[in-house]
Amino acid sequence: MLGNEAAARGIYEAGCSVASSYPGTPSTEITEELAKYGDMYCEWAPNEKVAMEVAFGAALAGKRSFCAMKHVGLNVAADPLFTISYTGINAGMVIGVADDPGMHSSQNEQDSRHYAIAAKLPMLEPADSGECLQFAKYAYELSEKFDTAVILRLCTRISHSQSVVETGERVVPQDVKYEKKPSKYIMMPGFAKLRHPIVEKRTADLLSFAETTGLNRIEEGDRSLGVIASGTAYQYAKEVLGKNASILKLGLVNPLPVELIKNFAKTVDRLVVIEELDPIIENHCRSLGLKVEGKSLFPMVDEFSQNLVAKCLGMPAAKSKTIDAEIPNRPPVMCAGCPHRGMFYILKKLNVTVLGDIGCYTLGAAAPLNAMDSTICMGASISGLHGFNKALKEQSEKTTVAVIGDSTFMHSGVTGLIDIAYNGSNSTVIILDNSITGMTGHQQNPTTGFNIKGDPAGKIDLEALCHAIGIHSVRVVDPYDLKECEKVVKEELAKEEASVIISRRPCVLLKYVKPKPALFVDTEKCRGCKSCMKIGCPAISIKNGKAKIDDTLCVGCGVCTQLCAFDAFCLPAKEAAK
Amino acid sequence: MKTTSIMIVGVGGQGSLLASKLLGRILMNEGHDVKVSEVHGMSQRGGSVVTYVRFGDSVASPVVDKGEADYIISFELLEAARWISYLKPEGRVITNTQQIDPMPVITGAAQYPEKLVEKMKQTGARVDAFDALSLAEKAGSPKAVNIVLMGRLSKYFGFSEKAWQGAIEQSVPAKFLELNRRAFALGKES
Repeated sequence: MLGNEAAARGIYEAGCSVASSYPGTPSTEITEELAKYGDMYCEWAPNEKVAMEVAFGAALAGKRSFCAMKHVGLNVAADPLFTISYTGINAGMVIGVADDPGMHSSQNEQDSRHYAIAAKLPMLEPADSGECLQFAKYAYELSEKFDTAVILRLCTRISHSQSVVETGERVVPQDVKYEKKPSKYIMMPGFAKLRHPIVEKRTADLLSFAETTGLNRIEEGDRSLGVIASGTAYQYAKEVLGKNASILKLGLVNPLPVELIKNFAKTVDRLVVIEELDPIIENHCRSLGLKVEGKSLFPMVDEFSQNLVAKCLGMPAAKSKTIDAEIPNRPPVMCAGCPHRGMFYILKKLNVTVLGDIGCYTLGAAAPLNAMDSTICMGASISGLHGFNKALKEQSEKTTVAVIGDSTFMHSGVTGLIDIAYNGSNSTVIILDNSITGMTGHQQNPTTGFNIKGDPAGKIDLEALCHAIGIHSVRVVDPYDLKECEKVVKEELAKEEASVIISRRPCVLLKYVKPKPALFVDTEKCRGCKSCMKIGCPAISIKNGKAKIDDTLCVGCGVCTQLCAFDAFCLPAKEAAK
Repeated sequence: MKTTSIMIVGVGGQGSLLASKLLGRILMNEGHDVKVSEVHGMSQRGGSVVTYVRFGDSVASPVVDKGEADYIISFELLEAARWISYLKPEGRVITNTQQIDPMPVITGAAQYPEKLVEKMKQTGARVDAFDALSLAEKAGSPKAVNIVLMGRLSKYFGFSEKAWQGAIEQSVPAKFLELNRRAFALGKES
């Protein structure tokens, strides 16, 4: 099972009744898998803050609940996180968060363990799929025993690795009766002051628990080297060292044990902490006055591997071959027929400044389109544009746009648009509506009209929403129509008011989108001018001085035909005859 | 038993996840401890993708590192060459000879290197290069390249035909079963 699939299984077996999440690589499949089980409620929330609050509400009501997000999603949900720590829960609540060391699909590689420390919540970290299942299940017991939400920390190599798992039966515990308890659940100053000491007491209790729990274990080996590690780092250490070191494997990474670590340190000659990202375990060891090595040997950045661990420990790593050839990079690209491409081509052509956002369309930043100036976090394009235009006023208003996807707009773009309408900047926002949450692998969202199970659901009308916020100029364009796109972008930039352009066409990878016949190049007509190469379509290349279409990739979107002055892109004869 | 390491490499969208699923399935059915590590998300969009499959008595790390791979199975020629540094000195490359231009080649910023099969052989690697795409098309769909490659790989593994067929059945949707059986047979017989 995939780590995410196993975590979902554990959550299911623990009798969880309500799950609410926002998709984010590498956490997405946990909730997708949960949705496949018939006997619990699952949903995609508009963002992580909402998801965590939904999960809290369900736990408050007395049923076990769950929410999942990627590491940066926890930033969005940080507000409820810190105060849920004060209130505690009624029935068990587990928060799944997946870090992305190496940034396979993320904008930073922050370490979510800091949140567990700052919010004073227990955090479990499994090291393979088997542990994903066990720890997820056990997290609910811990949650109810200590009256606290519990964080389950995964990372890319745990979430997206498959290993052997033993499954069990689903057991739904009896509902915990909901009772009104103002001093526990209403966090206004008077009550919160009473709760804070309870949180500190809980942390002390959890610390005692950390000293003896089976989640932390010592694997005896050669005592000349003692290693402390958790998660993936433990696996790399195990691979490299085997029995040549004693290993303290931590499954509970917050709070970190004190006596267990001190005693372990006494039994070994040299103490080394192997941890990806920040030196959290290492700093803890230092605070205990222990002589320890960690980041003096290992990097702060990127994911680890067995060779890296071997090298940093001064051991020989496997020898590798080198090939006598220059191997060109193969960066990810927008798909052939991607509806975002046409709009980005126009933005580049008009030489506008583009404040970007998080999604497939961030690839508009890559050559040859290069049509993006900034990408920070979910929703930052719109609020950033407002600030940009407030700073530069007429200097930037007619030459700057924000681009944001439909799902990202629902997540946190809408609040930025409210700022534009409320505080009045002459800003032009482009919503790239491809009718799906694309990058994370096609999840439904509030604009698609379907829920997580694919059943009909509420559908937000983007045009009506923008109007209701107070944006008077709302236009819809088809990004396959370059002329129309150019006209509308020019007109809206020129207007003395805020405007929204909805660039609407479903993602070509959606099952219901049927590709049109692939085009081909009439080599008689093609002059090899390379105009068609400006859109960076992976289906078009230049062979022997002429354009060539890869008919296995081309979906017949026709954007290239609009760039060719010589009508060289043609439909196959039998299709043209139709 | 020592851990055996396999890498499945290709271009995002070529179907490497199904190949790793099938391989993971048969290895597990045969009683091995197995770990498979995949990449989802951003890098899947037409980028260079790699999946690691490791098996043995007890597998710790889910990833394969430089100089460790016993086999590299590649969907595309350039990708086989890209990852050659991960191959063991005596390791084997099984690659489709199909060439897909990456964006820097499409835009003219770089060249698709020539004579890659020879150059891979010069590194001491054992290279089994063949046109898996034609065989997949012959089986009924260009998308069956993944199963053609698995058929080819099966020649180097001691598992029975029955074991492979069982794993294929467990890994592919019923309506594509016959197509995939044909693809597997063509890969194996080629």
